[in-house]
This record gives sequence, structure tokens and C-alpha cells, in this order.
Amino acid sequence: MNLVSPRNDGIAHTAVPHADFMLLEGITKTFDTASGDTVQALRRVDLAIGDGQFASVIGSSGCGKTTLMRIIAGLELDYGGRVTIGGRAHSGPSRDIGIVFQDANLLPWRTILDNVMLPAEVLKLDRQASLDRAKWLISLVGLGGFEARYPSELSGGMRQRAAIARALVHDPSVLLMDEPFGALDALTRETMNLELLKIWSAAKKTVFMITHSITEAVFMSDRVIVMTPRPGRVVDDVTIDLPRPRTLDLMSEPQFGDYTRKLRRRLNEA
Amino acid sequence: MTTVMTASDAQGKIRPSSKPRKKGLDRHARLISIAGFVFLIAFWEVSVRLFSVPNYILPPPSEVAVALYRGIASGLLIYHFGFTAFQTLTGFAIAAVVGVLIGTLVTQFKILDLVVYPWVVSIQTLPKVAIAPLIIVWAGYGIQSKIIIVMLSSLFPILVNTIVGMRSCDQGKLDLMRSLQATRWETFRKVQLPNALPFIFAGLNVSIIFAILGSIVGEFVGSRAGLGNQILEANVQFNVALIFAVLVILGLFGLTLSTIMRAIQKRVLFWHSAS
Repeated sequence: MNLVSPRNDGIAHTAVPHADFMLLEGITKTFDTASGDTVQALRRVDLAIGDGQFASVIGSSGCGKTTLMRIIAGLELDYGGRVTIGGRAHSGPSRDIGIVFQDANLLPWRTILDNVMLPAEVLKLDRQASLDRAKWLISLVGLGGFEARYPSELSGGMRQRAAIARALVHDPSVLLMDEPFGALDALTRETMNLELLKIWSAAKKTVFMITHSITEAVFMSDRVIVMTPRPGRVVDDVTIDLPRPRTLDLMSEPQFGDYTRKLRRRLNEA
Repeated sequence: MTTVMTASDAQGKIRPSSKPRKKGLDRHARLISIAGFVFLIAFWEVSVRLFSVPNYILPPPSEVAVALYRGIASGLLIYHFGFTAFQTLTGFAIAAVVGVLIGTLVTQFKILDLVVYPWVVSIQTLPKVAIAPLIIVWAGYGIQSKIIIVMLSSLFPILVNTIVGMRSCDQGKLDLMRSLQATRWETFRKVQLPNALPFIFAGLNVSIIFAILGSIVGEFVGSRAGLGNQILEANVQFNVALIFAVLVILGLFGLTLSTIMRAIQKRVLFWHSAS
């Protein structure tokens, strides 16, 4: 089996030198509800994600996956446990992380190019180099020619592509995505999945993606992490041993079906 | 890169579509509205003459036109319009600056929110007309008192809309800025302020009309000049044609101001679909 594609060699396995590039140790989070109870959103989540790995998290609503992402992103500061990225413990937002939210969150008064440039502006990166990179990313996500357009002139899928380009413009080593394609129709979603794989293989990022879709998770990932609610915890961690580069035909392969069945069973057991 | 530019230019040229039909419809509607106006004036003229309504009750439009012409030609109405226009625009400008400033500060600083906001809410419910006599007592019969009344009348729509606009910002956009470790100033300037602009403009559009209202009320309560002052004068002299002439000027003034406001809004909020 051609497991290793030319560029991401060795990534599909956790047993590589940087297997714990992104390390989560005993992440615990409790919320106080309006009625005065405390709800445990996350209970002792331990995860080690390798450098350049594509990891997905699936789980039903309320399993704490978005909370987990917000903790990694540094947007949620009140939690127990430790997050280490690239050997450094982090305690807040980091410029080494790019985030794609469920909503594209583009600024409607800025052109696509200026939207993609926003992180570079805020982080005060070299303007010319960032412009070149922004234009390269815009064409990479298939929006070449739309640099001067405004978000209202673009479709939902195109806006989400722009959001992906924006998340990568400051060249972070980690890309966090919270149901990035949740709001798109099924066909656009499949196209976007393929696009994202292409971007991932070109940009060499560690990806941590949250999704509701088992198919999407299996299709894209090296690893699928299964979470269950009340309290949110990791119940399974499945390595997806399918060849890359992946095409949509893969979805009709028996192995693909085996993985989705196994994951669905794990989700339903809980 | 050049190929990309030409591609976008080409798409830009194709875009404007289905405009001719909309323009035709616009012209149609405009014609009907002009015809309605002409009919109304004619009906007014004919019925006043037909039933010989006395001039001090309702003058015919022709006499209003004569009064308007004489008022403008003699410079009388221009002089008084100058007063009213100056105090209206000055008061409105102050209200715009103060309203946006206080609205911003209240939403940026928790302590000001707690201290200032209850005042804003309670003063807002007070009819500003009711305090006009007090302002006249404190600031005199001159133009200063009118500017203050105009400012108070037009302040609150701007202030309240600024506060709502600043608070209406998507959490996602704020999270985005936070994930980039943006400073508070950057988040305000790049996200919160532009996000609030449609709300602020909605407030300005309401306020500009309130400003004219405040101006006239202020002149009613106590003044030596201005169009409101002229209405009172004409009223005492039973010169109803002159009152109508002043009303025509006021109507045109309001229309002009709100048209200018909308033109500015369209330019600034080109990205906002509703404007």
C-alpha cells in the first residue's frame, strides 16, 4: 500500500520524532450554569498530536470539542491541565496558531485581500512579504482574481476559503478548525474537503479539526479522536491507515466503510 | 499577477445587470408622485377660491408662492433661515461628536457603563422640549441656547445607536482579534468601530430631523430671530401665507439635509447591503 505520499512522509504515524508536537495533558474544564450547578465540560483529556499530523475530533453536541479547541487556541484561559505546543507551554493566544471558525467571520468592509492580510497587520509582519504570501494563499484556495472583491460578493464556500487563507497568512504551524464546513451544502463540502487536503499538503501544517461528519473525518485525517459528552472525554483514538493523496473514490472503498462503521459504533456506545 | 488583475477587471465589467429595468420603474414611480403633487396643489387652489375661504384661515398656494417670493427677495426669510440653519447644523455636529464619543467610552470602559448609562437611560425618557424653557433661562435669548436645545434633541438617537452598534459585534470577530493578540485599540479601530457605523448612521438620520425640530421649538420658547421666530411673528399678524412660506422652506431644508446624510452614508457604508 502506498501509505506515504512524497511530501508528508511518515506523518500518518504517531511514532515519529515530533509525535508530541502538540501536547494536551489532563485538560479539565468546568462551567457554572445559570441554575448554579457546575457542569464538567472536559474531564482529563490527554492527547499528543504529531508535527504535520491531520487530526480530527468527532463527537455529538455538548461533548466539549469546541471548548477543547478554544483552550488550545488560548481563547479559554480558565481550565485545568497543560497545553504545550512545539515544546512551549502556552497560556493564551499564540501567533503560532491559525484558526478557522464555523462562520467565516470576514470583515465586510474589507476586500478579500485585506481580510487575508488582517493577521499580518495585527502581528506587524513585513508588509511586502505578507502581501506576496496572501496572494499566493488566495490563489491556493482557488480565489485568484477575487482579491479586490468584498465578502458580500462571494458565496459561503468562497468566504470559508478566504477564512482558511487568512488563518494561514502568518504562517502558523498549527491550524485549528471548528466545523469549518458545517454551514455548507454537501457538494460544496466535498469540494472543500479536497481543497483543504491540497492546501494541507502544500502548507505543511499540523491540523486539528472539529467536525460532526464521520465521513469527513475519515476522509481527511491521519487520526480521528472520538469524544463523548457528560462529561466530555476522549473515548477512542483511531489511526486512519488510508493512502494519500486521497480522492473522493476512496469513500467507496471497503476499508473506508470499515472505519466509518467502527467510528459510528464508538459514538453510539457512549 | 497581471493576469489576475485583468481577470478581476473583466468580471467587474460584467457585473452590473438588470439595472435598466429598475431605472424605468423608478422613473414611473417618480412621475406618479409628481402628478399627485401637482393635483393636490391644484385642488387646494381651486377649492379655496371656490368656497372663498378667508386668507387668515387658509391662503391659496398662489398666495403662499407670492409670500415666499417676497420673503426671499426682501432678504427677510434668508436672514432668518441663516440663523436656523446655523444653529441646527452646529447643534447637530456637536451632538454627533459627543454622542459617538460617549457611546464609545461607555462600551469600552465598564466603570463608565455603570456610572453613565443609568443617566443616559433616564434623561432619554425626558421630553427635551420640556427643558427648553430652562435652557433659555440659563443661556439667554441668543443663539447659544438654541444650539444647546438642538444638541440635546439630537444627541440621544446617536448615543443610543452608537452603544447598540458597539455591542452588536460578533463574538467570532472579537475572538479572531483576540487570537491574534490584537490590542484593545486595534480591535476597536479595525473591528468594533466599522461594525458600529451602520447603527451610527441610522442614529444620525433620525437625529438630523430631531435637530430641526429642536431648533424650531427652541425659537418658539424664546428667540429674537430664526424661522420659528418668524412663524410666531406671522401668527400674531394673521399672515398665514407667510407661515406656509416658512413651512415650505423648513420642508426643503429637512429634505436637503436628509438627502445629504444618505449620500454620505452610501459612500461610507458601500459594503453594507441595507444602505
